Amino acid sequence: MTGVALEEVWFSYGRREVLRGLSLRTTPGGVVAFLGPNGSGKSTLLKLVLGLHTPSRGTVRLDGEDVRRIPRRALARRLAYVPQLHREAFAYTVAEVVLMGRMPHAGAVSGYGAADRRAVAEALSALGIGHLAARPYTQVSGGERQLTLIARALAQGARTLVMDEPTNGLDYGNQVRLLERVGELARQGVAFLFSSHHPDHALAAADRVILLAQGRVVGDGPPAVAITAASLSALYGVDVRMVTVQEGVEVCVPGLRLRDGPGAAAPPARGAGV
Amino acid sequence: MDAVATAEVRLIGRTRRGAAVLLGLAALLLLAVAISLCMGKYPLRPGELARWLLQSTTGHGALADARMRLLHDLLVEVRLPRIVAACLVGAALAVAGAGFQAMFVNPLVSPSLLGVLAGASFGAALGIVACRTWPEVQVATLLGGLLAVALTVGIAAAYRVGGTLVLVLAGIVVSTFFNALVWLVKYLADPQNQLPAIVYWLMGNMALADRTAVTRAALPILLGVGTLMAMGRQLDALSMGDEEARALGLNVRAVRAVVIAAATLVSALTVVLAGVVGWVGLVVPHATRMVVGPGHRLLLPACALVGAVYVLAMDDLSRLAFAFEIPIGIVTALLGIPFFLAVLGNARKGWSG
Repeated sequence: MTGVALEEVWFSYGRREVLRGLSLRTTPGGVVAFLGPNGSGKSTLLKLVLGLHTPSRGTVRLDGEDVRRIPRRALARRLAYVPQLHREAFAYTVAEVVLMGRMPHAGAVSGYGAADRRAVAEALSALGIGHLAARPYTQVSGGERQLTLIARALAQGARTLVMDEPTNGLDYGNQVRLLERVGELARQGVAFLFSSHHPDHALAAADRVILLAQGRVVGDGPPAVAITAASLSALYGVDVRMVTVQEGVEVCVPGLRLRDGPGAAAPPARGAGV
Repeated sequence: MDAVATAEVRLIGRTRRGAAVLLGLAALLLLAVAISLCMGKYPLRPGELARWLLQSTTGHGALADARMRLLHDLLVEVRLPRIVAACLVGAALAVAGAGFQAMFVNPLVSPSLLGVLAGASFGAALGIVACRTWPEVQVATLLGGLLAVALTVGIAAAYRVGGTLVLVLAGIVVSTFFNALVWLVKYLADPQNQLPAIVYWLMGNMALADRTAVTRAALPILLGVGTLMAMGRQLDALSMGDEEARALGLNVRAVRAVVIAAATLVSALTVVLAGVVGWVGLVVPHATRMVVGPGHRLLLPACALVGAVYVLAMDDLSRLAFAFEIPIGIVTALLGIPFFLAVLGNARKGWSG
């Protein structure tokens, strides 16, 4: 009974139903990606797992325990949240932001101690951003800010990181670098649940892909099984093709027809080399 | 692990630097208190203050008994209560402002956001009209401030929408309501005695901070300020937004309740001591943040010290700059606005990255 489990979970914002009897179960470890169109319930699902929302019906479990029954501090030591990239009101240094990850470990009176500083330093080092420790978090690049938030999640001591669209707002190079970091950390035993708007990111980084539409699971499996031209076309309602770039590496491309030309006119056959 | 060691050293270095800043600010406060004790209609030379201090603590010295009594009356009975009141008011407003700014994730909110100053003003105005003794007015002031914020929190809770936005809107409504009530009391007040008293009081005034009032208000103010100062870690997390704070393991509702209660208590008590002293809760946290950074474990104690020095200096200015005393609220507003405009560029940088 380890890992995250959602059992017949319903959730609505006011009258708008977002999740409709959704059930799924993850095994501990590994990288799980959630794909789905806007409003399909990806972010809501992650917030339910984090205990930030309470389901109107159904149960969310972490290692078999009802998330609602786990005290907030204890939950924070097991699950960490990497929010979407956002601008901050106050110019904390990168080290100060990562130190906030030690909140669930700090003593009520004694506050942060040597062990907390050590954890911060190790987390910064694990993400290769030790040199940014004293820089204001508001003045580093978007990619570095996202790495800072991941470092904070590691400092929290959680084995599972929940990331809401972690590549959102990053430039192309930083998206790639972020996914590489996720892969490295996953090899070291950190588990990830992340949502994304990019099927290619799920293909590159995930061991398991869950497709969501209208608050239900509509596809689930290893990337190569879950992500197909047919499943993506159905999920997003646009024409999508899969292209093999080398043995065992597939990418998806939209079948755009913006102007008449030879490229648009000749649909590439599935599996054709590029 | 060289990178790890370097990062650790930086964190420790920051803590040490913070301690040095606090020591420096404490020394500055002592200096400001000493200067303020010497200044007034009856100026003293610093040497005489030192001799008086030495002689009254050790019992040995060359000052005559009559002189000692005169100095005691002047310093301990007349000047010190007012100085202590100024320091308490400054520390309270600065720390309450910084706390609210973290909680509402906005460096531009002030302690009056939830209506405490409007409510306390109404309490004071009503007290001046209806009560016979000054202590009764003070109790009315405190109750007015507490009532207004209770109303704000009640309205926000009735809407059952989480988050701080509904709280801010309720605060605006309640502030407007109590300001209207202040006008009503002014309109109905006796224009010969009561109306001038209300107007004068609401402009901010340290002159009525007598020893009894200061002694009574000191402990709750220090407790409230201390409570807020002890919540630096929680306020850091809260300033990242509610959801992140909760994901970091924080009980957001409980922390928010404590911050609102402590900030409301100390802010209402500043009105009890000195009327409405504006802009301190906005200007001081800004200036302090520029020096010590936004981390609340250091920012809050630094704000308390800077706020104390700031209001003390403003009070010295208000009683000594002209032949007659001008209300301190006018001084803090007139000097606070240009100062605020000057630091606004910097504030924007912190806010929008």
